[in-house]
Order: sequence, then structure tokens, then C-alpha cells
Amino acid sequence: MTQVCKTSKAIGGMGHSMKRKEDGRFLQGKGNYVDDIKLDGMLYMDIVRSPYAYAKIKKIDSEAALKVPGVLAVITGRDLEQYNLHWMPTLMSDTQMVLPTDTVMYQAQEVAAIIATSRYAARDGREAVRVEYEVMKPVIDPFKALDPSAPVLRTDKPGKTDNHIWHWEVGDKARTEAVFASADVVVKEQMHIPRIHVASIETCGCVADYSKVNNHLTMYMTTQAPHAIRTVIALVAGHVGLTEEKVRVISPDIGGGFGGKVPVYPGYVIAIAASFLIGKPVKWIEDRSENLQADSFARDYHITAEMAGTKDGKILATRFKVLADHGYTDASANPSKFPTGMFSIATGSYDYGTTFMEADAIYTNKPPGGVAYRCSFRVTEAVHAIERMTDRYALEIGKDPAQLRFDNFIPKEAFPWHSPTGWIYDSGDYEAGLRKAMDAIDYEGLRKEQTEKRAKGELMGIGISTFTEVVGAGPSKDFDILGIKMFDSAEIRVHPTGKAIARFGTKSQGQGHETTYAQIIAEELGIPAENIQIEEGDTDTAPYGLGTYASRSTPTAGAAAAVAARKLRDKARKIAAYLLEVSEDDLEWEPGKFFVKGAPEKSKTIQELVFAAYTNHPQGMEAGFEATHYYDPPNLTFPSGAYICVVDIDKETGEIKVRRFVAIDDCGNIINPMIVQGQVHGGLTQGIAPAMYESLIYDDDGNILNGTLMDYLVPTAVESPNWETGHTITPSPHHPIGAKGVGESPTVGAPPAIANAIVDALSPYGITHLDIPITPFKVWKALKEKGAI
Amino acid sequence: MKQITVTVNGQPHSAEVEPRLLLVHLIRENLNLTGTHIGCDTSSCGACTVLLDGKSVKSCTVLAVQANGKSVSTVEGLCAPGAALNPLQEGFKENHGLHCGFCTPGMMMRATELLEHNPDPTEDEIRWGISGNLCRCTGYNNIVKAILYAGAKMRGEEPASTEPQFV
Repeated sequence: MTQVCKTSKAIGGMGHSMKRKEDGRFLQGKGNYVDDIKLDGMLYMDIVRSPYAYAKIKKIDSEAALKVPGVLAVITGRDLEQYNLHWMPTLMSDTQMVLPTDTVMYQAQEVAAIIATSRYAARDGREAVRVEYEVMKPVIDPFKALDPSAPVLRTDKPGKTDNHIWHWEVGDKARTEAVFASADVVVKEQMHIPRIHVASIETCGCVADYSKVNNHLTMYMTTQAPHAIRTVIALVAGHVGLTEEKVRVISPDIGGGFGGKVPVYPGYVIAIAASFLIGKPVKWIEDRSENLQADSFARDYHITAEMAGTKDGKILATRFKVLADHGYTDASANPSKFPTGMFSIATGSYDYGTTFMEADAIYTNKPPGGVAYRCSFRVTEAVHAIERMTDRYALEIGKDPAQLRFDNFIPKEAFPWHSPTGWIYDSGDYEAGLRKAMDAIDYEGLRKEQTEKRAKGELMGIGISTFTEVVGAGPSKDFDILGIKMFDSAEIRVHPTGKAIARFGTKSQGQGHETTYAQIIAEELGIPAENIQIEEGDTDTAPYGLGTYASRSTPTAGAAAAVAARKLRDKARKIAAYLLEVSEDDLEWEPGKFFVKGAPEKSKTIQELVFAAYTNHPQGMEAGFEATHYYDPPNLTFPSGAYICVVDIDKETGEIKVRRFVAIDDCGNIINPMIVQGQVHGGLTQGIAPAMYESLIYDDDGNILNGTLMDYLVPTAVESPNWETGHTITPSPHHPIGAKGVGESPTVGAPPAIANAIVDALSPYGITHLDIPITPFKVWKALKEKGAI
Repeated sequence: MKQITVTVNGQPHSAEVEPRLLLVHLIRENLNLTGTHIGCDTSSCGACTVLLDGKSVKSCTVLAVQANGKSVSTVEGLCAPGAALNPLQEGFKENHGLHCGFCTPGMMMRATELLEHNPDPTEDEIRWGISGNLCRCTGYNNIVKAILYAGAKMRGEEPASTEPQFV
């Protein structure tokens, strides 16, 4: 199945693999990323960080630092306390330190900031600051965090007597227990989806430029959600005069986000405070180590996963119990009513009526975060749990995991499908996707080969993941961030000569919005996409939106673009009727022009109609040609995918080679196949990364053991397989252009396919589960323990 | 402070620098050539790759004073402003070998040297050849295609189709 193009290549609407408008500047080194910004009088900030995971600050001695040439100021929590800026709210209504006044809560936490005339001087100053600590025993293991003997970490919270953050549950507990009690087959695994980090190649940073003369802050920063950040800045610092109309957030070109640039980090707030106090621009650019060690982590869910079913392979129920390690504060970037994000999608692509899910979140002495790295608000964890358990169940009853999936898929006729946890899946054809993936990879042939290899003692595994995503948050009745409903927006203004500028409330970090939003408008109006300039990221000019994360851009702002363009088409129709002296009902549209039914020679192009809107508009009609739309989605979109992975494992060393990986994605109608494929390639590599290479490791004292790229193993071109991709197309019925989000699907879907393949290879030796990342050592150790080598 | 002269993209530049100044900062801050990026602090990512006397180096791991009297090529020198893209730049655009663009300059500078030494590399040679350059967006497939495209173009051959292939 391929997207049918309604527009010519010259117009470049939906379905064209249009080359990117962004590339010209990036290929010539003319992007404008935050560290490229230079302002007159700009100062540099560096940050003193804690060497300990949990310690009292006895004294911060800035004297030597202030003598370092070029150092102008050292800012501590006590300085910020005077302005009530030493704490800030998190997105989950918890509180987070900007700079500590008394206690540090994780290794690498910000302790003090140095402001200097150069970044080298700032670093010298950082080394000269002396901090005396009283070290305390930290809480690192979340399973021990609720022990009565564990120290209560958040003594700042009145009445807090333990390290428990919240309890959450969904589903029918009694019914689920009854099904489990009577089911023929019950499988259970304890799994850890480990703490990982997005490690976008550009780290986080900002230039805070406060003008005392104008009482105005311009904040250039690496943010995926510039408008929301502007509001947050006003909420945090409105009391010192930085009210929202006096704050302009500019998110320039961003060198990758992956969810790591959604949160407000202390560095941003300290830079604002420093610029406010000193009256000069202050630049803060963190190092990679700081980025890995202190910025938002992803995952860290410990899941007790259970599945009940019949002996012949009918899933009857699932049960998931999560222990969520949130670090020292709950700063996970979730919609406010969803503390576990969309984890409740964990019933997956399967048609069964009963589930019960619960989660408890725990404070530990680690940095905050949780929601990042293409997780779609915890869907990565949900999909890993259900897809691992589906294979676990298939293994238990000796059934082919592909067949087991066919036997349990939600049938395509059943959509819109009501899940037992309350989601309404919009559309899907799961069988078509899996069938296509199996054909592409020759599934039957691979199983035969595997049988032959097993007979020879060779390790080969085949893993499947047939996942359902949930993206495009979200409908205003349920979804908000800090109370702001999760709509998004588009504002299209067409110039007299028929060229346009359009601005959006989202913010690309490489996903190609400058190209694809233009394609949506081109589809609706017939104006060539080349002639439509797209802008995002400047809160003074772009309409308010909630930003780009959780694959929400196409479902929300993409919808807004189409609706706003349709408002303009309605206006164009009125002008065409006026100019052609016919009734509006007598007009037909084809991309780029209106013509009279039955008399196609009588027509007006969109360019002529736009010109008329400025030069010869009908009496009583507003002049000009522009429209805005704030789109409140009626539902989320539910893209899906069928992924199959083949691995070969060296029995003696545990080395795993991904031989092939076929990914069939279904994101409904496709705006730009080239860009979707690029997103899938990147997302798959960010799937193999947590599956095989990446995890953030802490020792018992809270020291991070791999906080640099020396041993936090981001895959290179050598580790990354040659991805084979394809698609089926099942449009979203509620979306204006039938498109679903897709950017995170591959990272959601790939890790369980890889884990399933590896466990499949090892299953002859009685291995039923391995936690990701599945490293050669882990494989070797498991084989050794089972006596296989 | 030490006086140095470095030829960058054919233009000689003189500067008085601290001996500890990294070449990447000389390029970015003193010369305002901000195409060269910084992605790590352990010489791992290759976002800062430039050519130093024709050899690809990670400019975060070279002192500016070590470049004294030498010639540096950066992404800004790949094509003149407003001129046609060079075959590598064209290859990256045509094959969608970049998303956020942050690794792109370093990736292309590395590939420049790679193709100079190995004008007709295999896919495997390309993957190993760029293994000092991390990319977080593309998954590398299209970067490999882009370099194959540039190699073909430089050899005067017709590059393979740039249309995305689907199973």
C-alpha cells in the first residue's frame, strides 16, 4: 500500500518524498543553534556540581573563585532564596531545587553557579569554589526505599514520612484476580526497563538576555515546548517582574531533543536569575557529562508482569505492577492527570477483556525525569511489558509467537475499539502489518533455518513485536500540562502574490516540520510547498502551542494546519464565486484552483484568489487572506507496527549480531514517506540502543558509573543494522488528513522485538527472560548459569 | 598568550590565544565559524570534526596552538555561499542523511577525507569509516547512502536512486 498523491510534484502535497527545506542551511554550517548565539556583553555561566548523591551542604566558600580573573559572581541557593527562586514547580506538581540551600539530593546536582567573562574563566572559577559537605547514606535501590530504616528524603515536604510519591491503578482488580485464579496458563516475569538517557548530540543550554531598560527577558533556549516554558517562567519569576508579556522565549534550531529538552532544568533558571541580577546576557551550555548525569533520564520502571491464557493460546488477562524510580522529585513530563503517562496502553494490540495495572512511584537519590527518549509518555515501558509477555506465553505453551498474535489481535472490524483501561483505539489492521513483515523477512524460511541451526547447537533467534502506540495528546477533557489544555495551533498568512508564511505552536528538533507542515498546507490550498515558509519556536510570533514531544505534532498541529487551510479555502471559494459570478455551489475544487462545474475553462487559481483578497475582495468581506486554528483533538491517534528481528548469537562470547530487522509501520496517511522513513531509521537505532547497549548505572553510594560517552554506549554506524522498512496505511478516522503520529513508534516497538529475538535464541537452554540492555556478558552469563557452555 | 596564524578554508587568520584554547573554540568563537559543533567532552562524538592539513581530526581534541601554521577546512568551506552544494552536501540532502543537522558538519568533514583515501568504498567500509561520528537522529542508513551517492558523483558515475526504498 502506498499513499496516493492528489497533488502534482510541483505542488508537493501529501505523500511526496519532498526534499527538506531545512537542509540548505544545515549542510553549509548555517544552522543557528543556541551555542552559536553571541550577544554584546554576553557572560558565561558554569555550574559547580555535587560529587555526592546525598549530603548536607555545610559551607560554600566562593572567595578563591571570585579572585579568578574574569569571574564576576558566584550564585548559590542562598542568593536565590532572597527572590524565592531557589525552588521551582515541576510538571507533576512536585517541587525541584534550582540551587540547594541545605541538602544535595543526587550526584551532579547543581550546587552553585559561576558567572564569568569567558567560558574558560567560568570553568576556572568552578574549580576554585570550595564546598564542604556532610555526606549521608543515600537511597539508591527503589526496592529498599520504603524500608522503615530508609531515610526520608523529602524532609522539605511537611508531614512526609516515607519515600512514596503516589500510587496509581486502573482496570478491574477483582475480575482480573478471578481470571488468573482459574486460568490454565499463567506466566510471570520480573523485568526492569532500565534508566537510560536521550543523549541528543547537542546538549542543553540557553542564553538568558534580560534588559533592565525594557524590563524584558529574551530567552534563547533548547526547548521543545517554548510557549509552555514562557508560561512556566512567568509562574516562577512573575513575582520579580517577569510577567508573561515581558518574556520572549526563542527556541532556535535544536540539535535533537528526543524528550530531553521538554523539562525546565535548573541551569535555565539560574541563567535567567544571573542575567536579571547582573543585567547582561548570560550563556549556559552544559557538557555532555552534565547532560548525561543530571538532565532528565528515561524509563527506570521495574515491572512485575503476568499474563493468563488458555492452553491453546487465547490471552485472557494481564496484570502489571510497576515500581517507578523517579529520582528525588517527580519531574516526569506527563500530562497532569497521568502520573504513569499512557502506561495503561499495556494491554497492547490484543483483544481480551481483563487487566489490572498498578504503579507506585518512589523517591531515590538520583536525578529526576522518567519521561523522555521517544517514550510517548511511558508507552515504551507498556509495549515492552506486553510484547515480552506475549512471547513468554507463546514459549510456555509451545506456540509460534506469530500465530499466537494472529489468534489474539483486535480484528480490524472491531475499531474503534474500547480497551479495558479506557482508551478508544481509532483504527488498525494488525493482521495486515504482521503478514507483510513476515512475507518481507520470509518468516517460515527463518523458522526452518532456526530448526536446522538448533539441531547443530547454533543460536539463532527470531523476535516479533506487534505494538499499538498512543500519540497526539490530547483531548482537552483529559489532557493538560500545568492546567493548559493540550491543543496545538497553526496560523497561516498568505501574501498578496500567493506565497505564504505559517507558524505553529510545536517545535521541530529535526523531524522536518518546516517541510511537512508546508506539504499539508500545499495539499489543502494547492500553493506549492516550496512557497510556504514555516516557522516555529518564537513565542512572540508563533501561536500558542504545547510543543513537540510524544509524537504529537502531526496529530495536533498537523491537524490545525489542515483546518486553518480549509478555512482559507472556504474564503477562496467565496472570492471565486464573486469573481466568476456563479454560486459557491457551482464551484469545484482541485488542488490549486476553483472551476465552474461543467465549465472547467472558467476557473481561478488560488494565487489569483489570494491576490483578489487584497485587491478586489467582495464588499462586506474582510480583506487579506489568513487564518488561525487551535485544534483540540477529539481523540489520540493509535499508530501501530509489526517488527521482526533476526539475531545470531556467538555461543562462546555471547556476542549478538542483528542479522535482519524488518519494520512495518502504520501511521495512517503519510505526509512525506522519506521523512517518515528517516524517523523510523533513527527510532530503530534508538531501539537497539536500550535493547543492547545503553543504561545508566549507579553504585550503592549513588555514584554514576557511566556518565560520559566513554562508556554510555551510543550506537555508531557499525552497531546500527541496515534497517528494512515499509508500511501499511490505516488512516485515523478522526484526524483531518487521516494521519497519525509516528516519530516514536520505532523506539517503542523495537526493543521488545530485539529482546524477544535474543530470548528466542536462548530459549532451548531454559532462558525465559533477560532484562535489557542484553549485552554479550549478560548472554554469556545466562548461558553459563544454565550449563549451556 | 601566543600569536598563531591558521589558514581556515583558504583564508589566513591570526589570533592571540591562550595555549589551552581548544581548536574547536578558536573556530567557533574567534572565527565565528559555528558550523563545527561540540557534542561531548570525551572525544567520542565527532561533531567537531574538521580537516587539519587534510586529515580529519576532532577539533575538541586539538589545541589551537597546535594548528599554528597549518591549514584547517570546515563545513563552511565545502561550497561557496550561494554556490551549488558539493557532492557530499548534495548526497546528504538527496538521501535525507540529516535531521537535526547537528552531527552533519562533522559527518561530512569526516566523509570528505574518507572519500579522498577510498574513492569507492563499500557500505561496510563507510560504516567503519564514520564510526568516530555519532548521529542520534538518522540511524545512519541514509548517511551511508549519502556517502555512496557522493562517491559515485565524484567518480563521474550516476548515483543510485535517492527515492526511499520500502519493503
